[in-house]
Amino acid sequence: MPIVETQAISSELIREVAFELNRRAAIGIPKDVGDSIADMAERETQKLSKFVLLEIVNNYKVAVDEQRPMCADTGLPRFYAKIGNDAALEGGFVALERSVRQGTADATERVPLRPNRVHPITRHDYNNNVGIHAPTVDYSWEPDVDWIELTSFHKGGLFGGDYRMLFPTDGIDGIKRFFLDVISEFFKRGLSCQPAIVGIGIGGTKDTCVRLAKEAACLRVVGDRNPDPQIAELEEDLNDLGRRTSLGPMGFKGEGAVMDTHIEVAYTHTGGMPISIHHQCFALRRATARIHPDGRVEYRENPFWFTDYYRRDSVA
Amino acid sequence: MSGTADLEMKEHHLTTPATPEDLAKLELGDVVYFDGLIFTGRIGLYKKLFDEKAPPPVDIASLTNVTFHCSPAVGQNESGEWEVAAVTATASFRFEKHLPLLMDGHGVRCVIGKGGMAQQFYEDHFKRLGAVFLNTVGYGIGAQYGRGITGVKDVYWLDELGIAQAMWVFEVKNFGPFLVECDARGNSLYQMALAETNVELGKLYEGLPLPTLKRMGEVHNPEDEVF
Repeated sequence: MPIVETQAISSELIREVAFELNRRAAIGIPKDVGDSIADMAERETQKLSKFVLLEIVNNYKVAVDEQRPMCADTGLPRFYAKIGNDAALEGGFVALERSVRQGTADATERVPLRPNRVHPITRHDYNNNVGIHAPTVDYSWEPDVDWIELTSFHKGGLFGGDYRMLFPTDGIDGIKRFFLDVISEFFKRGLSCQPAIVGIGIGGTKDTCVRLAKEAACLRVVGDRNPDPQIAELEEDLNDLGRRTSLGPMGFKGEGAVMDTHIEVAYTHTGGMPISIHHQCFALRRATARIHPDGRVEYRENPFWFTDYYRRDSVA
Repeated sequence: MSGTADLEMKEHHLTTPATPEDLAKLELGDVVYFDGLIFTGRIGLYKKLFDEKAPPPVDIASLTNVTFHCSPAVGQNESGEWEVAAVTATASFRFEKHLPLLMDGHGVRCVIGKGGMAQQFYEDHFKRLGAVFLNTVGYGIGAQYGRGITGVKDVYWLDELGIAQAMWVFEVKNFGPFLVECDARGNSLYQMALAETNVELGKLYEGLPLPTLKRMGEVHNPEDEVF
């Protein structure tokens, strides 16, 4: 195979893109979520819930019209990086991480974002959303391409996530009960800031299923179905169950507040079925960019994080 | 008891400080907007005031009687003035320990936050003082609330507490909407809502067994709350 001379992606460009992704994520609601909430507002029959949904729709508009963050809890900014196997980075991965951290500090000052990241014990705040293990950067890889993709996501922090070690005997009913339990915990009083996208990670290890639940909630768009028909059917069943809870926005009675359910699986220990659930709120802040070696940058709303390669089950 | 479908959801425009008469006329589910001054407070401020017993940086009671459990997304313009882009509430139930001290000691009669408080807490403190709890809407409609903040009058303990925990005093105009969650008589909109939603939720659990593995400290009755 001939050796291809690959141009290195500039670290200064990555810094600019990291800033711009933070800005875009904070202000503009992605179309899939905006449309989903508008549709729910249209269909809602209870007046309190309808009032809340219409205010949410209005808030999306105010944010864009006046270029304000849609929610002042700009969460914990984090990045998902998909790296082409043939991509070259100026300064390597250390430079990439430095650029992403600088882009986050720049955005905190200039968008502005709220500086949410503090030391967990001393509560010290650098006022720039940067610190130990902050912002988080998660990586995945893509064969046969020379670009990199960055997704900025601003994750709310306190509520709407849980984990349980289930066993094969718990079965699908065990999954359904856990789905309802997390709604019972966090939809009451609107702690999840629903309507929410419900991400579910099943299998793997504890940390893997928690990671997959978060990625399923944050990195798949409303309406996307898992390519495995059996899992896709479970996603639809849980959507229906969510609607029937009668828990609407803020926990008021309504036509439900699950925008969509996304399930991801990982091969797990033969004795267990660990599961994690993650609610992503309606103020969904995400933006993706593909950066090419020649300096072209393409911004888009759908991260396309779950590629065939990322979900592969073979040795190859 | 009447249900949430019967709420009138009347709109009120109040000027701070809110008078006892203003607060007494608010009913569950009513929609409130403010003109005047409000101040922010959350755990950083409460620890400083009530655990460290630091003297308050300003006479709160003479300023306003409306507080907001939140912190802003805020920047400084070229002349160094603060400009608030957005504000969003943080969950209020965590402040049960300190809130009565703020209400009794500093004249606060109107609390804006997220999620409301426990019924017993309303009866012990809000009813006694004729105070109200207002929920932000959504809760994440920070851009709309940011638009209602016309200026920053002062910010206290910024260096010690950081932007997110400092005490901000905002000048506000047409600042809202907020929903009346607890009225001056100690009634709670969420108690009404929970009674309605628990009916359907309970039915869905029929036939679904408890998980094989239990955990210490969990609640298992879907009608229970997690705090």
